[in-house]
Amino acid sequence: MSRENALVTADWVEEHLNDPNVVLIEVDEDAEAYDKGHIPGAIKLDWKKDLQDGVRHDFISKDRLEKLLSEKGVGNDDTIVFYGGNNNWFAAYAYWYLAYYGHENLRLLDGGRKKWELDSRELTTEVPSREATTYTAKEPNEEIRAYRDEVVEAIGTKNLIDVRSPDEFAGRLLAPAHLPQEAAQIAGHIPTAGNVPWSKAANEDGTFKSDEELRELYSDAGLDEDKDTIAYCRIGERSSHTWFVLREILGYPNVKNYDGSWSEYGSLRGVPVALGDEPGEA
Amino acid sequence: MCGAIKGGPSLEGVDVANQAVIQGIVTRGDEPVGNAYVRLLDAGGEFTAEVPTSATGQFRFFAAPGSWTLRTLAPRADVVERQVVAQKGSVAEVAVTV
Repeated sequence: MSRENALVTADWVEEHLNDPNVVLIEVDEDAEAYDKGHIPGAIKLDWKKDLQDGVRHDFISKDRLEKLLSEKGVGNDDTIVFYGGNNNWFAAYAYWYLAYYGHENLRLLDGGRKKWELDSRELTTEVPSREATTYTAKEPNEEIRAYRDEVVEAIGTKNLIDVRSPDEFAGRLLAPAHLPQEAAQIAGHIPTAGNVPWSKAANEDGTFKSDEELRELYSDAGLDEDKDTIAYCRIGERSSHTWFVLREILGYPNVKNYDGSWSEYGSLRGVPVALGDEPGEA
Repeated sequence: MCGAIKGGPSLEGVDVANQAVIQGIVTRGDEPVGNAYVRLLDAGGEFTAEVPTSATGQFRFFAAPGSWTLRTLAPRADVVERQVVAQKGSVAEVAVTV
């Protein structure tokens, strides 16, 4: 993958607002954001209600994804452009999730909702209606999803990147500072993980930094390009943002998102945990 | 909407005793700014969190105790920075004018 195949600009989106093969999808944690105003023609996915199982601690199954996208009127050949609030965290999560189920043409709007708003571009409250389709998802691509056992084995051997804020990494906070401090049983990070907050990959307006700046950012943090990489955060959305940077923009081949992330790892019995600002020992 | 209300969002239901809350309102002239973005930077200037303001211009963070900087971005406005100190069990109110 490369920047050209994975990202589109706000100008590109404006030029393709009436393109029948382009489906704009807003994905937010705060699902009300869409209702208050969205890019003309965009449909909405609620990160929690639409994409999480609701009973099991997991995202929705292949069957439910097929039903969801069919009802929403998304076709297998459509180019899906995701965007959303929180600097595209949840849009990047949806992108990663659809990549996991094999959708071919995926894009992220560079800068997401914030860039669009700060540019004072058009927003509407009109909800489009799309004709239902018959969407068929592929079998999961496990090459981009990491599970807990693999993460424990990766300590001291693979690149582990903790993309949370320095305070969460060190164990001073349990969640991002705009959320109540709850979730995992304990604070800290996975030993040997480097801390590269997701925000360092983005400019202030939410757009991604240049390829050159991004490569330097991760190499300065000790990322070894010859090793496989696993990114994690608290619940897997910010790490989708970094997964997107490493695999989709920079084209590193073996990058996985650990969507269980700290909310799972920090609640496991008996696994190694490090506290403080340093990566810690294996 | 005419005129801005004072202060951050209602604290009803918030466990203030166990949180270090920073909150407030963004206004332009006398009007609330509902499409601004407030960024919370730690004592070293590192980005920690960001929230969009509500329709009434309000925002809230659950921070750790210590010194923080609020950096506010709004359409057609210069970036505004404000310093604030958060303490557990108290609410730091910040009024931002763009």
